[in-house]
Amino acid sequence: MTEFSTESLPIVNRILKQYPEGKQKSALLPLLHIAQAENQGWLSAETMDYVASLLKIQPIEVYEVASFYSMFNLQPVGNCVIEVCQTGPCWLNGAEELLAYFTDRLGIKAGETTPDGKFTLKTVECLAACGNAPVIQVGTEYFENVSKMKAEELLNKWQLENKISHTNPYL
Amino acid sequence: MAKKILLDNIDVPGLASFEVYKQLGGYSAVEKALKNLSPDQVTGEVTKSGLRGRGGAGFPTGMKWGFIDKKSNNPRYFVCNFDESEPGTFKDRHIGQLNPHLLIEGMILGAYALGARTSFIYIRGELFYVLKIIEKAIAEAYKNGILGENILGSGYSLDLYCQPGAGAYICGEETALLESLEGKRGNPRIKPPFPAVVGLYGCPTVVNNVETIAAIPWIINNGYEAYSSIGIGNSKGTKLISACGHINKPGVYEIELGLPVQEFIYSDEYCGGIRNGNELKAVVAGGSSVPILPAELILRTTTGEPRLMSYESLSEGGFQSGSMLGSGGFIVMDHTTCIVKNLLTFARFYHHESCGQCSPCREGTGWMEKILHRIESGRGSMKDIDLLVNISKHIEGNTICPLGDAAAWPVASAIRHFRAEFEEHVKLQKCPF
Repeated sequence: MTEFSTESLPIVNRILKQYPEGKQKSALLPLLHIAQAENQGWLSAETMDYVASLLKIQPIEVYEVASFYSMFNLQPVGNCVIEVCQTGPCWLNGAEELLAYFTDRLGIKAGETTPDGKFTLKTVECLAACGNAPVIQVGTEYFENVSKMKAEELLNKWQLENKISHTNPYL
Repeated sequence: MAKKILLDNIDVPGLASFEVYKQLGGYSAVEKALKNLSPDQVTGEVTKSGLRGRGGAGFPTGMKWGFIDKKSNNPRYFVCNFDESEPGTFKDRHIGQLNPHLLIEGMILGAYALGARTSFIYIRGELFYVLKIIEKAIAEAYKNGILGENILGSGYSLDLYCQPGAGAYICGEETALLESLEGKRGNPRIKPPFPAVVGLYGCPTVVNNVETIAAIPWIINNGYEAYSSIGIGNSKGTKLISACGHINKPGVYEIELGLPVQEFIYSDEYCGGIRNGNELKAVVAGGSSVPILPAELILRTTTGEPRLMSYESLSEGGFQSGSMLGSGGFIVMDHTTCIVKNLLTFARFYHHESCGQCSPCREGTGWMEKILHRIESGRGSMKDIDLLVNISKHIEGNTICPLGDAAAWPVASAIRHFRAEFEEHVKLQKCPF
C-alpha cells in the first residue's frame, strides 16, 4: 500500500477533523485500522511510514504503537483471519475444543497461516461476549455460541466464497 | 419485577434509531437540563443520587466530577470508557449496540455539567460494529439539533466523536485510555496528577464508564431521590450484571442493588440455576480480577447472613472471605470445573495484557502463568503453590496501575479457597478433571 484508496480518503479526512488543532496524532489508531485493511490485513514498514508522513510524526511513533496493540499484525496474514477467544468464560464453554477443531481442520497451529494463504488462525483474549461463549471474531464480525457444527458450516462457507476478513472497518 | 432504568425499552424494535428513542421520551433529560438546570445543578443531582462508577472501581460519580479543575483556562473533556475488556463483562456492549442514544444523552448531560465542548467515546477496536452503530446515532443526533452548535437553542454546544482502540485491556485504565486516545501506547500514567487536572492533551478531563453515563438521563428526569431510593446502603440504584459460565440463562440483567445472590443465581428471572442440574462450585462475582469465592461463601457471609449483590455485601469479610461487585461480570462455575485451569486462563490473560512498564507486573504475571501451567500439566511441586502466593504478594500494590492487583487477586484467592485442588494436581502429577 502506498496511499489510502479514494474510497477511504474521505473517511480519513473526517477522522482527522475530530481532534483539536495540532493533536492529529490522535488519529493514529483509526488510521492504522484502515491502513491495515488496505494492506492485505497487516502493517508493513512502508505502510506505517506512509501513515507517519500523513500525520507528520516520526515513523518510530507509529512502530511503537503498532507493536503495542494486539489487533495490528506486523507480519503477513491469510485472507481470512479467524480469532478464537481463549479466556476463562469461553474456556468454561468449550473454547479449547473449538480451537482444536480449527487446528485439525485447517492443519495449522494458532499463529500460523495455511499454505494456500486462505486462513490464519489466531488465539485472542476476552472479546467481551462471554454470555454467548465460545466466541470467535473474523474481521469486524463476531460469531457467538460457536459449536463445532457451526464452525464447520462457517468454515465451508468461507472456503467457498474465499472470505477476506481485512476490509475497511469504517465501511 | 425489578425496576428498570438502563434496560427499560431495550426490547423495543428500532430503539437504536433517533425516532423510536425520541418517541419513548428520549432526550427529555437533555431538554430539561439545558433549559432549566445549571451545570452545577446537574452535578448536584448526580452527586446526591449516590451513583457510583460502574466500570469496576465504584467511585462516587458526582465526586469525581467535582474534582474537575475549574481554574484552568484549558478546554475540558468528557470521555466515555467503552473499552469493555474485563473477562466476564459484556454489559456495555448491550447498551451501545441496542440503545446508543441513551449513551449519547448521558454524554451530553455529563459534558454540560463539566463544561466540556468536545467529548469522545473510546470503544475497544474489536467492537467496530458497535462503533458504527453509535456513529450512526451520533449523526442522527446532529441532524436533529441534539449535538453540535447551540443545542436546542440553549447556547450550549458540544461535539461528540467515537474513537476505536486496537486490542489492549490496559486501555480500560483511564490514564492508559487517555494515552491511547492521544495516539500512543496504552501505558498508564503516574497519578497524581489525576485526569481531572491533567487529562486528555494535558487538559482537565473526566472519564466515566458506559453504564455510569447511561444512568444519568434517568436521574435528571426523575430526580436524585427517586434514584437513591433504589438499592441498599451505599449501593444506590440499579446495576447491570453480565452473567456467564455454567448457568442456564447467561445474559445481561439489570438488578436493583441488594438482590440476594441466591436469588440471582437460581431464580428464573435471572440465571435460572446451574446447567444440567449440576452443583455450584464457585463464582467470580465482578469480573476476572476480583477474588473467586466458593459456593458457600458467595451465597452466605461467614456470619451466616445471605450475601447480597451490593458493593458492601460482596466485599464483606475482606479478602479472607469476601470479594467485590467490580464490573458486574458474574462468572459461574459448576462442580466439573478445574479451578487451576480456569485460573491459568486468567493468568495468561493478565500476562498478555500487562503493558510492561512496571517490573513486578511485567515479570510476575509471566511467572505466575508459567507456574500455573506447570501445576496444571502435572509437573508442579508443593513449593510452587507457595511461590505463586509469594509472587502475587510482590505484585499487589507495587505497580503504577491496578492491573497488577487485578492479576494478583485471582491467584491469591483461588489458592486461599481451593488449596486442596492445587495440591491434588501436584500429588497426582496430572489434572484430576
